[in-house]
Amino acid sequence: MPTLAQFLSQAFNGIALGSLLALIASGLSIILGTLGVLNFAHGAMFMLGAYTAFVVLSHWESFALALGLGALVLLIAGFATERGLIRFYYSRPKEDQILVTFGLGIMMVEAVRYVFGGLSQPVPLPSWGQGIVNLGFFIYPLYRVEVIGIVAALLLAFYLLLYRTRIGLVVRAGIEDPLMVELLGTHVRRMFMIVFMIGAMAAGIAGVIYAPLAAVIPNMGEPFLVECFVVIVIGGLGSFPGAVVGGIVVGEILSLTTLFDPAYAQAAIYAAMTLVLLVRPRGLFGTMGRA
Amino acid sequence: MAVQSGRLLARWIPEVAVAAALVVLPFAFNAWLGSVDLFTRILIWGIFGLGFDLLFGYAGLLSFGQAAFYGTGGFVTAYLLTSGTLSSVWLALLAGIVAAAAFSLLVGFLALRRVGIYFTMITLAFGELSYFLENSPLSPFTGGENGLPGVPAPSLQLGSFVYSFAGSWPSYQLVAGFFFIGFLFARFVVLSPVGAVLAGIRQNPERTAALGHDVGAYKLTVFAIAAIFSGCAGGLLGIFQSYMPPDAFALDTSGQLVIQTVMGGAGTLIGPTVGAAIWLILRDVLQQLPAIGSLWEFVLGAVFVLLVTFMPSGVVATIMRAASPLWQRRPQASVASVLSADPAARQGLLAPLRLPAAPGGAPAGYALEAQDISKAYGGIHAVEGVSLALPQGALHAIIGPNGAGKSTFLRLLKREESVDSGRILLHGIDITAADVTAAYQNGLSKSYQINQLFPLLTVRQNLRLGALARQRGRLRLDIFRAADGFPKVEALVEALSEELGLAECADLVVNTLAYGEKRRLELGLALASQPSVLLLDEPLAGLSPAERDDIKNLIRSLRKGRTILLVEHDMDAVFELAERITVLHEGSKLAEGTPKEISGDPRVQEAYLGGIAP
Repeated sequence: MPTLAQFLSQAFNGIALGSLLALIASGLSIILGTLGVLNFAHGAMFMLGAYTAFVVLSHWESFALALGLGALVLLIAGFATERGLIRFYYSRPKEDQILVTFGLGIMMVEAVRYVFGGLSQPVPLPSWGQGIVNLGFFIYPLYRVEVIGIVAALLLAFYLLLYRTRIGLVVRAGIEDPLMVELLGTHVRRMFMIVFMIGAMAAGIAGVIYAPLAAVIPNMGEPFLVECFVVIVIGGLGSFPGAVVGGIVVGEILSLTTLFDPAYAQAAIYAAMTLVLLVRPRGLFGTMGRA
Repeated sequence: MAVQSGRLLARWIPEVAVAAALVVLPFAFNAWLGSVDLFTRILIWGIFGLGFDLLFGYAGLLSFGQAAFYGTGGFVTAYLLTSGTLSSVWLALLAGIVAAAAFSLLVGFLALRRVGIYFTMITLAFGELSYFLENSPLSPFTGGENGLPGVPAPSLQLGSFVYSFAGSWPSYQLVAGFFFIGFLFARFVVLSPVGAVLAGIRQNPERTAALGHDVGAYKLTVFAIAAIFSGCAGGLLGIFQSYMPPDAFALDTSGQLVIQTVMGGAGTLIGPTVGAAIWLILRDVLQQLPAIGSLWEFVLGAVFVLLVTFMPSGVVATIMRAASPLWQRRPQASVASVLSADPAARQGLLAPLRLPAAPGGAPAGYALEAQDISKAYGGIHAVEGVSLALPQGALHAIIGPNGAGKSTFLRLLKREESVDSGRILLHGIDITAADVTAAYQNGLSKSYQINQLFPLLTVRQNLRLGALARQRGRLRLDIFRAADGFPKVEALVEALSEELGLAECADLVVNTLAYGEKRRLELGLALASQPSVLLLDEPLAGLSPAERDDIKNLIRSLRKGRTILLVEHDMDAVFELAERITVLHEGSKLAEGTPKEISGDPRVQEAYLGGIAP
């Protein structure tokens, strides 16, 4: 049996991983909910953020610069993707949207592989994140504690954006009924562009934060994309609270199962997803009606 | 007779073409590359793709987890052989296929609980799950990251003569043989009633269910068929390479299958094979080019994005469409000729139906009965405590202002939505808990206020889909029967299209029809089951006065033992047609009686005219 310290340490890992998943998944989820597009390139966008951090942190020691540049790169990538590709797909079948974003994801991953090589490369921790911290029962890497704080602040900002601003109101209304929002005189297409950029940025920022925790490698986004799908199925489509709760749940399941038998960590999250599908097919926070 | 045998020959043209290609092309590959192996590899992807095309191209279900079944088939086959459990390669391959199919029933049961992009996400997740299972917990059996080397090739024994399928050419023969059998099988599925239902599911799953087909069961069936093909391809991969690689389970495998299918052309059966040829040949060629080299996958990704954007139906379908004038002429005059026909002639077209009377005679009691049924959405009571009893053969109408709950009431009766309380009886049998499919199977059918057709099928195929369900039941896997091979169904379809005035456009695709024709087809779909009880939701909506007269005549002629419940806003038509009228107002029954009683009822005037007496 694992000791209490091991258990708490893994539970903390679960929160750190889960909050990152929540951030990525909420980006994926608002794009899905508002535009109806399942962005298969979302994992690659997360990877772009991580590589931005890799470039910045290998040359300068500014995490803030990495964060800012990562957000900027993904805002631009999101803008280019939506204007250059996705907008031609709004009237096409959902399957086509999946296919084209899947192809786009391959292009992003392969372009990065061409520029930076296919090998895994370490990213230095920022100086304020080095070392460990004593949390009473157990000692824990400092950066991971800080990650939880940073991501919590970002999720709060995301929450305020969605629930306390005009644009957030329009986005949430758009998730409920995009046609009605259009009829009420909102320029829905421009809102789509902004939502896509914000969603991409969420993935990119998560990538920046994640990079120092692990090394960067071109296909690093793939498992995150799949785990985000699990998060959304568990949490419910287009639901911000669903993405956050689902993210934490998945992160905890992954970490705590690892404590007992790492071989079953991945299997456990799919078991949880299966349970939700059987008991509550629309997801924990999902509404009926939307497929 | 000559036409018959001509059609019979045309039926087998694709099979002959594929057989010829399987004989000729390997020599071309051998001459070009000095080996047939690349073509063998393409055909393994092709077998994988045949099943996926049935799933995605025909039934419209985009799975991103096909690797799960490819890997399962491959690893079960490889494990049984390398561990010495089985010595017969054929039996091991069969076991692999069965295992893949069994796994697919489990995954399908879960994934098919959701539709659209959710289905895609869930299949992808299960694909990843099986990859992790292969890699970690099951690694004692699968070799984990190393895979399973040493998979033997099968052999055939005829008396003392033994033929081994080891080596480049023999394994080509093995794979080509399976490909051809698979192609034959897939063609049978496509041309069978099952294929017709799958096409219906792709275009309009709700109406397919309302027409008496068990949509969920058909989806699960095609999911399992796709897994059978996947398992077979996976097993052959291990045999061909003498090695079963773990990345058969990888997301890249599922992704490559999707890409190849879309590039080649979904819904063509041969498209995935063409796509595999494009992908594998381009990969080999691009890798050789010094300017591209390691960027080959980026270039292929770009090619894919461009193809999806500009050639969404894929290479094969695009070529076939471009070449179709060569062997096919479309009848183009018929829409115009039907429209230009003078009204008198069209009246003739819509003479009283000669359709057989409703089966079962006239049993005593009510044909359809609603007992105190209610339905609320949140706080809004759409239907509140409404009772209605239709005697056998009645022509009853429901009227009421907009929002009175008329359409909801019909949806409840047809079991498209469940009631909150109350009971519904069809010929005395309680159908309150039945689903929409069961309601149709029991002779209750409905035409919709807004056309619910299959826009990319012909008029004939639309009607056939309605007639087949009553003939075949909720689910039947008669894949070796032709969809147009039911004489009774064909006779009914013929009669219906003739009497609805649609005979001339019977072979036109529905989205090329005029609105009035679509409206008649909408009625025809409801009639194709030869229902005993017919619900008509605003059959006259949007029609011209002449067309209204046609439909009114049609409704009159539809009786003969049938019970009809009509919802309509055209008051003149209602008072002309119906024997009894029920007035709904704000979800409740306001009045019921003969047209005369209703027109004199002050409460009805109040509801419609806001208290101003006429």
